[in-house]
Amino acid sequence: MQRYILVRLTQGVITLLVLSMAVFVSSHLTGDPALYLLGAEGTQEDYEQLKKNIGLDKPLPVQYLVFLGNVVRGDFGTSPITGQSARDTLMERLPATLELAGAAFLLTLIVGIPLGVLSAVKRDTIFDHIGKFFAVLGIAAPSFWVAIMLILLFGAILGWLPTFGRGGIDHYILPAFVLSWGGMAGIVRLVRSSMLDVLDTEYVKFARVKGLPERMVIYKHALKNAVIPALTFSGLTLAGLLNGSVAIEVVFAWPGIGRLLLQGINQRDFPIIQATVLAAGLFYVVVSLVVDILYAYVNPRIRYE
Amino acid sequence: MATAINAELGQGWWRIAYRRTRNLKLPWISVFVMLILLVCAAFSPLVAPHDPTEISILNGKLAPGENLSYPLGTDILGRDMLSRLIYGARTTVFISLVALGTGALVGTVIGLVAGFREGWFDAITMRAADAALGFPTILVAMVIVVILGAGIESIILAVLLTVWARFARMIRGDVLSIKDMDYVVAARIAGVSMPVIIWRHIFPNTVNTLMIITSLQVGQVILLEASLSFLGLGLPVGEPAWGIMVSEGKAVILEVWWLSLFPGIAITVVVLAFNYFGDWMRDALDPKLRRL
Repeated sequence: MQRYILVRLTQGVITLLVLSMAVFVSSHLTGDPALYLLGAEGTQEDYEQLKKNIGLDKPLPVQYLVFLGNVVRGDFGTSPITGQSARDTLMERLPATLELAGAAFLLTLIVGIPLGVLSAVKRDTIFDHIGKFFAVLGIAAPSFWVAIMLILLFGAILGWLPTFGRGGIDHYILPAFVLSWGGMAGIVRLVRSSMLDVLDTEYVKFARVKGLPERMVIYKHALKNAVIPALTFSGLTLAGLLNGSVAIEVVFAWPGIGRLLLQGINQRDFPIIQATVLAAGLFYVVVSLVVDILYAYVNPRIRYE
Repeated sequence: MATAINAELGQGWWRIAYRRTRNLKLPWISVFVMLILLVCAAFSPLVAPHDPTEISILNGKLAPGENLSYPLGTDILGRDMLSRLIYGARTTVFISLVALGTGALVGTVIGLVAGFREGWFDAITMRAADAALGFPTILVAMVIVVILGAGIESIILAVLLTVWARFARMIRGDVLSIKDMDYVVAARIAGVSMPVIIWRHIFPNTVNTLMIITSLQVGQVILLEASLSFLGLGLPVGEPAWGIMVSEGKAVILEVWWLSLFPGIAITVVVLAFNYFGDWMRDALDPKLRRL
């Protein structure tokens, strides 16, 4: 078990190192950072002085180590566009993204699991077909388009829900649903199939023979076992949440780090890009590490060869 | 098998062909959608009624059906929606084909070598594959765009960096079980070189897996390309690509709703078709792979 955690941890650190190299290289490949910071009015002396000040006269590997040291201490530099520290901007935006991702994750489980159970229990009925269609569509329809269509329907035509920005609970409904749909689709399919397997086992048959009411059989005996694969899969949906949140934040004008990153890219604001990419990477690595460890804890067979 | 062939004796070629095709239980709707997509992509100039970039302000914002010369309406600049959708199919097919093709090639080669040699090459590439499989694709794509700038190459590279891993992992798994087969062992004893063993004796046995993963990946690749185009990280704005068209309609959705609606439907229908086809292919070629 310790070895397993150690291997996973090393893997996560390597992933983050590769990512940090990529963002470091990105700012050097796309032009001279000193020229970029200097702006149009700088003279040759200013340029040399600036280069010395920010360490650009040193060899590239040394610069990378300095960059890495700063990043580890949480210093991403100052955005030349806003004049604000990139870390402050990041911290300002991070809660919005985490809230939205959290809401979407909850929705995935709260809606996905019962829908999967319903699909399995009422197999080959209209419920099952609707559940399947819902799942298949959730995987195929592009989320940014679904978002726009829902804004049109619930915001503009029916006027039931707010369609942009962060605010009360009702602001979360549309973006959280769109963000969760893809992962929810996976959960529905997974719960359905594992529920069908479990319903076929001896102990479920025995519970029925014993004369337990069907509801007890399903919720007490079957669901508990059927839900384990779904819970592990739900960890994997987190990468999907990060993926989706960029487009969703853009469509719903949500003030999170996905939109911040896109904005940073469009303005070539490197401190912002580096801060957001590394923060998202760290979030992803930490979460998948936690999921892996929990998984190994629950299921001893997985604990690495 | 023999009885099946005997039963077919004396029947016309067409009848046999028909029966055999029927027995395949092809997902006909998917095949139909895929054919339309390919025809639109290959012959866009012939199929499209108008030039997709032709601007005529006088015909701007025509609703679908309002003018039969523009069956799906026009956008703000008076460009024909139907023609733009047809040319968009070309963009989608081109990017998916190139990205998926190179991804399959790179992933297959790595998978073959990693499975056959094992050792450090296997360890390094498979760890890298694990990282690539889980890591949020959009994040990778955005870093690439920062380095290379927005453009078609960036999209292709981003797709490539995520899809190779799936091919490498699955092909490697196949190779691990194939390489202990007697005929491979015999070839090794006979002194056949590694590239020849891999190419002549192992690769042909991974083709099923290759076809299954490819067909299951197409939908994902199309969605990824559309998202990147939507975010403005791919082709320049104004080009006929479905993701860009959805994005162009976003700002004016209340007034000209059809701008975003149709390209979105096109993406969904095409991805659905490929996903169904992929599922069918998996069930037909390798029932063991059937999950869910």
